[in-house]
Amino acid sequence: MPRGTKLAAGLVALVLLLAFPVIFTLPYPRDVMIRIFLYAMLATAWNVLAGYCGQISLGHAVFFGTGAYTSTILVKTVGLTPWGGMLAGAVLAVGLSQVIGFPVFRLRGHYFAIATIAVGEIVQTLMINWDWAGGARGLFIPIDRTGSLLAFQFRDKQIYYYIALGLLLLALWVTRRIEGSRTGYYFRAIREDQDAAASLGIPVARYKQRAMGLSAGLTALGGTFYAQYILFIDPESVMPLSLSILICLVAVLGGVGTLWGPLVGAAILVPLGEATRIYLGGTGKAIDLLIYGFLIMVISVIQPGGIMALAQRGRRRTG
Amino acid sequence: MTEPKAPRPALSHKGGDGILLDVRGVTKRFGGLTANKDISFHVAPGELVGIIGPNGAGKSTLFDVLTGFQPPDGGSVLLNGQPITRLRPDEISRLGVGRTFQKLKPFNQMTVVENVMVGAFQKTTHPAEARTHALEALEQVGLADKADAHARVLSTGQRKRLEMARALASRPRLLLLDEVTGGVDQRSIPGLVELVRSLNATGVALVVIEHNMRVIMGISQRVVALHLGEVICDGPPQAVMNDHRVIEAYLGRAYAS
Amino acid sequence: MTAEVLLQGIVSGLLMGLVYALIAAGLSLIFGLMEIVNFAHGEFLMLAMFSTYWAWALWRLDPIVSLPLTAAALFLLGVATYFGLIRWIIGAPMLAQIFATFGLAIFLRSAAQALWGVDFQLVKDPLIQGRISLGGLFIGLPQLAASVGALLAFVFLHWFISRTEMGLALQATAQDRQAASLMGINTQRMFALGWGIGAACVGVAGALLTIFFYVFPDVGSSFALLAYVTVALGGFGNVPGTLVAGVVVGLIETLSGLLIAPALKYVAVFLIYLLVVLWRPQGLFGRF
Repeated sequence: MPRGTKLAAGLVALVLLLAFPVIFTLPYPRDVMIRIFLYAMLATAWNVLAGYCGQISLGHAVFFGTGAYTSTILVKTVGLTPWGGMLAGAVLAVGLSQVIGFPVFRLRGHYFAIATIAVGEIVQTLMINWDWAGGARGLFIPIDRTGSLLAFQFRDKQIYYYIALGLLLLALWVTRRIEGSRTGYYFRAIREDQDAAASLGIPVARYKQRAMGLSAGLTALGGTFYAQYILFIDPESVMPLSLSILICLVAVLGGVGTLWGPLVGAAILVPLGEATRIYLGGTGKAIDLLIYGFLIMVISVIQPGGIMALAQRGRRRTG
Repeated sequence: MTEPKAPRPALSHKGGDGILLDVRGVTKRFGGLTANKDISFHVAPGELVGIIGPNGAGKSTLFDVLTGFQPPDGGSVLLNGQPITRLRPDEISRLGVGRTFQKLKPFNQMTVVENVMVGAFQKTTHPAEARTHALEALEQVGLADKADAHARVLSTGQRKRLEMARALASRPRLLLLDEVTGGVDQRSIPGLVELVRSLNATGVALVVIEHNMRVIMGISQRVVALHLGEVICDGPPQAVMNDHRVIEAYLGRAYAS
Repeated sequence: MTAEVLLQGIVSGLLMGLVYALIAAGLSLIFGLMEIVNFAHGEFLMLAMFSTYWAWALWRLDPIVSLPLTAAALFLLGVATYFGLIRWIIGAPMLAQIFATFGLAIFLRSAAQALWGVDFQLVKDPLIQGRISLGGLFIGLPQLAASVGALLAFVFLHWFISRTEMGLALQATAQDRQAASLMGINTQRMFALGWGIGAACVGVAGALLTIFFYVFPDVGSSFALLAYVTVALGGFGNVPGTLVAGVVVGLIETLSGLLIAPALKYVAVFLIYLLVVLWRPQGLFGRF
């Protein structure tokens, strides 16, 4: 597609997205869209580390939870506006990611993946047992009655839609900037062959940490958003292994290492999850995971590049 | 067989006595196996040194030690008088040392020019500039027409050129080539040989590991022969070829001219 | 904290450690063969446990009696997994390999949940029950049987790998696939065999555990994580190493539960794991 057409199509899509909640005023479709944006954003953030830099983290929920817990605790203890808490959460997540990365990046491949699972489990277990931070019972975000913008709570739920969309666009913009820059090339070189990358002058550990930090910070923003949207957090909802898996799955299905892959993946998986929940009732929870599991297996065997890769193959064939 | 062209003086180098690479007594053990034993030799700026030795002589291990992928158990390596012995590979690269690998390592999911840009980014942060330098390097190795092809569709010979271009794009003063003609079809060899010569002509010092005797003897100004991890001969190609220790080490392998 | 309680903890940790070692051995074997981590290993264990449970619930077969059946069933599952899934991702990029078995894990776990619900099941009144007293220490007979069984299976595995022709062929394939096939060893068959044996190990462990452990769809995950840690500690691909590593993990788990807090015992295990791989990425005995 020539560049002008791409730009035009993009603008149309953006306008449609912006107009969506005005056209479809029912809460349910809006909520689905918000969840699509949120998962797409988390998967895009994960993609920076795993897709572009090739470090498969299976414990990314840790950063989501860091964002959620930081802003919530700051609201409850010192009354800091969640916007500030969001920033604090991102900073904390970046710091945490560097601490985690230092030992864990010494490992490669499967060893690295397992270590990230271990880290995720450790942190979740610690949170469950940390009573001051709510422990297993979780934390409620105090309802704000002042209506102030600083409170990051809106009776008009449409605003959450736009914030979520904004976060997604931010993540996409960051990814896009990286893609064409030296950093992006270095990330991909590290993914393809770490040793060759080092032999060309790339300080591999430093760049891995950079990818980790970017990814963690963005993910944490999503965590704060979630906390303010749902108004309740606990280790089970913001830090579980299943969330880490879901984030990966969204990116992998759509196309790991591509800009639009995560969004495509979210656009398919979130409605799919909804559909299985609606049509399969009580056991829906297991069935949609069943389908996810099956999908992951199929993708990894047939087209590890996800839907974006399938689309590329199709496009090439039709010339 | 033409005389090797006199190399142009290399880019600025400090350090006194005209030695670019100084390998001193490098020893490397893996468990009970001594891969490199007290290896010493010099490389002058712009020189082309060939390294020969039967399989298992420790050649690739030596490269790994020189480029920081393996720490030596003994000895030291100096670049322009500065010790680089225990530096990381990326640090050594930034000091002006490039290398290729025996087992080729192309960035498979990137295009040819993107591969080389990774090397070029060592000297610039601007993608456009990196792309220009990358295309220049591709010109040098004769791959410019394949710039936008994916790395994985290249033949072995083309991949070797790609790896050279990638290392060249980082503007090294010293380039270590591990197996130039290994696995390459016969017709492509003269082209590769000419390429190596032309690289040397631009003033880059080269250390080349090679199995193909004709190639090595044709391009090297000096040859270092390794056997079972030790240096058994170091000198001009003809002298090395006639050295009885070298002939013994290669007993059974005829040198066909 | 008396010396007695401490000693009790050590014994308990040692016994469980042997079971962890057996579970990990299967994982290590598979990795040694083809450098693939089976992220569905915990789910294999869970299926073994469910198979044992249902054999008891439906046909009143005691776990000890149905053990050979479970082992055989898991062997078949391993082979089927190889031919159905793993075979296609042998040369694939690492991402694909990780997600293939990961997807299988999610699939199996959800299938179990959909079929049998989330309730905890327990075999009641097994043949082996009660406890014995050894010099003041109480040892549960089921736990003792499980560890003795695990140790026996481990010894048998070691004997098979190092003394039988097939086992040696397996080793050869693990060390150098090309050379092995040049010697006439059918690589595909070795891979399938490796998966079968690896799963069978888990089958034995699962049957033994079901004597005294609750069975539920998620039961595999905590064992799996401990198994990964055990394999990494012992060195991926080093089967004898997992014996030592398994015992170490078992001891850390129990002792940290006693000395620090029960809720934090996994944290201790993972922290030790991270420390070890920081110091020695290839594990205590592994080749890299």
